[in-house]
Amino acid sequence: MKLSAYLGGIGVLGPGLSNWPQAAAVLTGRQPYVPAATVLPTPALLPAAERRRTGRVVKVALGVALEATSNAGADAAQVASVFASSGSDGHVCHEICQALALPTREVSPTRFSNSVHNVAAGYWSIATGSQAPSSVLCAFDASFAAGLLESLTQTCVDGRAVLLVAYDTEYPPPLYFKRPIPDALGVAMVFTPEKTMGALARIEATLTDEACDLMADPQLEALRLAIPAARALPLLRRLAAGASGRAILDYLDVSRIAVQIESCS
Amino acid sequence: MTPLLLSQFTASSCIGLGVKAMLTTLIEQRSGLKPCDFETVNIDTHIGEVPGVDAQRLPAKLQIFDCRNNRLAELALQQDGFLESVQAAASRFGSRRVGVFVGTSTAGILQTELAYRARDPESGALPTSFEYGTTHNTFSVADYVRQRCRLQGPAVAHSSACASSAKVFGSAQRMIQAGLIDAALVGGTDSLCLTTLYGFHSLQLSSPAPCRPFDVARDGISIGEAAAFALLERLPGNLDAGSVLLLGVGESSDAYHMSAPHPEGLGAKRAMLAALSAASLEPGGIDYINLHGTGTPSNDRSESQAVTGIFGPSTPCSSTKGATGHTLGAAGALEAIISALSIKNGLMPGGVHTTRIDPALTALYIKENRRAPVRRVLSNSFGFGGTNCSLIFGAAG
Repeated sequence: MKLSAYLGGIGVLGPGLSNWPQAAAVLTGRQPYVPAATVLPTPALLPAAERRRTGRVVKVALGVALEATSNAGADAAQVASVFASSGSDGHVCHEICQALALPTREVSPTRFSNSVHNVAAGYWSIATGSQAPSSVLCAFDASFAAGLLESLTQTCVDGRAVLLVAYDTEYPPPLYFKRPIPDALGVAMVFTPEKTMGALARIEATLTDEACDLMADPQLEALRLAIPAARALPLLRRLAAGASGRAILDYLDVSRIAVQIESCS
Repeated sequence: MTPLLLSQFTASSCIGLGVKAMLTTLIEQRSGLKPCDFETVNIDTHIGEVPGVDAQRLPAKLQIFDCRNNRLAELALQQDGFLESVQAAASRFGSRRVGVFVGTSTAGILQTELAYRARDPESGALPTSFEYGTTHNTFSVADYVRQRCRLQGPAVAHSSACASSAKVFGSAQRMIQAGLIDAALVGGTDSLCLTTLYGFHSLQLSSPAPCRPFDVARDGISIGEAAAFALLERLPGNLDAGSVLLLGVGESSDAYHMSAPHPEGLGAKRAMLAALSAASLEPGGIDYINLHGTGTPSNDRSESQAVTGIFGPSTPCSSTKGATGHTLGAAGALEAIISALSIKNGLMPGGVHTTRIDPALTALYIKENRRAPVRRVLSNSFGFGGTNCSLIFGAAG
């Protein structure tokens, strides 16, 4: 079975990247890349009580997931989802570890509920009313590629639309110095087994031994290496160009993922 | 879905290292729970601790992975000839054709908890000896297992709270069906840590007593730890009649609440129906249900409704968490192995610690072991975030 699917919509949010059209302009060189702190949207879809409890990891994931489903014209309540992240909410983790280091050891119940790796997937389901399956993955720096493989196998084997949401946020100090992710970044894509109206491209993934693509712009290359979800940049660059081509993405120490892209435009 | 063979499996929990010890404990209806004496934890609760984890050592070249969680994984991999079976599969298929899928909720977060107690008083820095990526990070246990077993196929950790290591069966099955791999090492590992012990306590979800699933006086979970693994592959031409197969996987989301299940168990129901559909089975085809059965008032109430809504009141079911504790991200894999043992040995394990079944729960909860042929078992795993996964296992013959 070929691991192939149609790509219906994209969402991007990160340092100096505010949405997919703007990111596409940067990635094709039509706009200069100007690094700036990631601006995270308030997840308006969530009920007010839930909204107050959400941290940066939920905001970045829901932000790009909404952009991708909206661009794809997909019904967010119907698509299966794959959430891939190299960590959970770093700030929540820090608060809990700090509380546990004190003699009182008072852990906030809300913080504990929000500490799970699948916190963004849970809020996505609540926000959209989606009862569809949701998979939550981690492969450290290879999390985007692992999420891409899972999304494509679900699309091909289960024959249904799948939303991939790859995202990472920073840890505060002192964990930051052990895992120096500088800011939040998210990338989302909607895959369908059949060609949809407005599909951007047909993509096919294979495992390869080839070296992964680098970004020509040194600042974008630095971003690719600094935030695990930004390992998607070589693929986004190809998609932004709107032409057919091939992108090789970083994956495990023993393999990379080659993505063949056939433009639908 | 196309059924897959569980060509080898193993599990280690507080009721024993390896499947033989676990089966004996289940037959004798004993529990491994004890009053909490873990680390410096001061909570009135019971825990299921695996013996010998702290004394376990990792191979010298994998020392960077050293933490309680990976020690538990190592201890479990050494049971039942599992490592040898993985090596045989790797030689048969090629190490690049065997994938690794491991579920965990907290991985080795205990390392970070301990490191936060040892911060530099001046700078606040964590100790230089503390390794984040290979101990605390969610992927660390999957990475440890793949490096330990020298597997080079796709590898990933699933972290959907308490459904994590049930979900790995779905991922592995899809990747085998897509032809990306020929076999998969699937499983789950979660170990005791302060985050979960104090966290569930803060939510008032842990019981001071050993947990009593489906009891009228049930008042919460007992946290346990476990590591459980299985090797999944396509059915061979000459299938042994005693083999256990994965027949169906069903997944759903509640869309309801982060830490409470849907009151009528709608998400649970969807997952069970999806698993039955994947296995092409009617509800009557299930002989025994291994419940999620955590022992919280709300989980057992909603799960019982979901179960009777599909199966009626006469399919025997029980929770084995009274024996093992709730092993969180390892529960799906641990209970998958219990399901396999149930089929192989004609055993429906009665739920221990439960004395008076809640009359409001209409599912047929069994307190005593039943010995009868078991052809097919459904196993439920539900987690925070409203994530649900049901697995169906069956006898080959």
